[in-house]
Amino acid sequence: MRGAGSTPFLLPPLRAPLVFGGLLVLLVVLIVRSLYLQRFDHDFLQEQGSSRYSRAIEVPAHRGRIVDRDGEPLAISTPVKAIWAWPDKVEATPGELKSLADALEMPAAGLSQKLAGGGDFVYLKRPVPPEVADRIAALHIAGVHDETEYWRYYPAGEVVSQVLGFTGDHDVGQEGIELAQQSWLGGNPGTRRVIINRRGEVVEDVASIRAPQEGRDLALALDSRLQYLAYRELKAAVEANKAKAGALVILDVKTGEILALANCPAYNPNSRTRAARERMRNRALTDTFEPGSTLKPFTIAAALESGRVTPSSIIDTSPGTLTIGGATIHDAHREGALTVEQVIQKSSNVGAAKIALSLPASAMWQMLSDAGFGAPPRTGFPGEAGGRLRPAKSWKPIEQATIAYGHGISVNLVQLARAYTVFATDGELKPVSLLKLDGSVAGRPAISPETAREVRRMLEMVVAPGGTAPKAQVAGYRVAGKTGTAHKLEGRAYADKYVSSFVGFAPASNPRLIVALMIDEPSAGQYYGGSVAAPVFSTVMGTALRMLGVPTDAPVSNVVLPPNGADIGEET
Amino acid sequence: MMMRVNLVLLAVLIACSLSLVTSRHQARKLFVDLEREQAQTRAYDVEYGQLQIEQSTWAMPARVEKIAREQLRMQLPTPDRVEILDGGAR
Repeated sequence: MRGAGSTPFLLPPLRAPLVFGGLLVLLVVLIVRSLYLQRFDHDFLQEQGSSRYSRAIEVPAHRGRIVDRDGEPLAISTPVKAIWAWPDKVEATPGELKSLADALEMPAAGLSQKLAGGGDFVYLKRPVPPEVADRIAALHIAGVHDETEYWRYYPAGEVVSQVLGFTGDHDVGQEGIELAQQSWLGGNPGTRRVIINRRGEVVEDVASIRAPQEGRDLALALDSRLQYLAYRELKAAVEANKAKAGALVILDVKTGEILALANCPAYNPNSRTRAARERMRNRALTDTFEPGSTLKPFTIAAALESGRVTPSSIIDTSPGTLTIGGATIHDAHREGALTVEQVIQKSSNVGAAKIALSLPASAMWQMLSDAGFGAPPRTGFPGEAGGRLRPAKSWKPIEQATIAYGHGISVNLVQLARAYTVFATDGELKPVSLLKLDGSVAGRPAISPETAREVRRMLEMVVAPGGTAPKAQVAGYRVAGKTGTAHKLEGRAYADKYVSSFVGFAPASNPRLIVALMIDEPSAGQYYGGSVAAPVFSTVMGTALRMLGVPTDAPVSNVVLPPNGADIGEET
Repeated sequence: MMMRVNLVLLAVLIACSLSLVTSRHQARKLFVDLEREQAQTRAYDVEYGQLQIEQSTWAMPARVEKIAREQLRMQLPTPDRVEILDGGAR
């Protein structure tokens, strides 16, 4: 038992250490592995683990609305779907393609053509209403997907198109107010981390990674009703006169708010096929033109301020021409001796030039600069033009004479309308605003109240019989204004193309609105501001005042038109 | 003595644990409800926007004017038929 019996129990000499060593090695391997997982693979594993139960989800934020001064929506964002596909990966039976084409409301041939193009990515249709997208998703066609995006709708369509501008992909402003106010309107989507259960429902909020920032609503100064009126009348006038383009601005005298700003031709901002740049420009702010006679009141105001003339001083305009350094200024009609107020009423170029030449260039420059010319009107609109007003030191006498009646200087329409706040108020230049303001705004004094009143009286004479614009009269309201008919510069020479304009305000006893409009290249025979622009002014001003319920300051029988054919024209 | 205290504490512990489980469960259920309501709010927001678009499309001045003139045979009053009352109007 001892000798032989103990033998089976004798282990081979190396087995125990071997097993022990083997186990030890395994233990070391385990320790190393766990250290490795803890130290080096930790982040990866943690991520894998949390991805089983936690998700970062996007919290949508949409772009703010643009509304008019009464809260009527002008631009609204709404989520829609875009249907896109990977042409290479699309696997569908002809029947499935047919029902896809039906759902997309496009011809089957057009769809196959889009898919045949190959490549990585193609939009099949955008925007698509969410219900249609759901129907397409139910078809389960491989390679066809949808995504949610925001689409901007402009209920007023072309009427306000150039002012609002439009947004591009991801609802980011591209033009106009949409671009200028991007940081105010734009929303920033946020993200938050949540815990989900096995059904994919969110069961707990862990943390907000980035708080969403909703876009804010923006109230414009525009009044939809006036805007529509302005656009309708402008469009009718541009068509009737076979003109190239036109623009019209309505300003509130008390606050400087832009109540309407219409441009023609316009485009439909709801259509994705982008219109020509030509139609998208907000001419009233981005384009400049030579204003012509609408600038004469400023020459007269400068002269009255200097004390060199009074409204009844006599200026001899015969023989209807004036030659300065080889260049000759013409009047459309020979008038002979005119008083200063008649120079405005009859719109005499020679008279205005003579008055201007009696003033120092610096005084005229100061007047024009105080009226806001030569600098952008600072509405915040992208690309607004400042116009050209050269420094007085560089003026030659002929320039001083032509600037007196609005040539050799360029302005945009909003600038011109704004400049007339000087006469509509008691000599204050009001800042203009595209955004809604609360209450009236203090202006910057430009001329004395007496001068403002005198010029206002002269501007009333313009629309009276014997003036250049009797057609600008409005039943029930006293109106003051000035016509302009400017030759257009083509290259370096003046062509037989015109810009007809009219700027005026009413009621003259306590001005509330300024309406300024310009018609570019009227070519249906008429081109004088008094016959092309003045009637539009009359309709727009009269309707606008009645819409706003402004008290009348004249009997309704006040309109006195001269007999047919006796219209007094004007040149330049 | 000591034994009895321990038993009581054990019972309290079990009760606490169970109530934690139920309140946790309650919280999650309520949270799911909240989520659903918030999703509903967003859906209503979207619908509100779409209805606004629809409303302003129907109320477009051009359309209103056309219907007023053509179907209802309305017209703007001439200035001599308009009386403006000056009583604090704007």
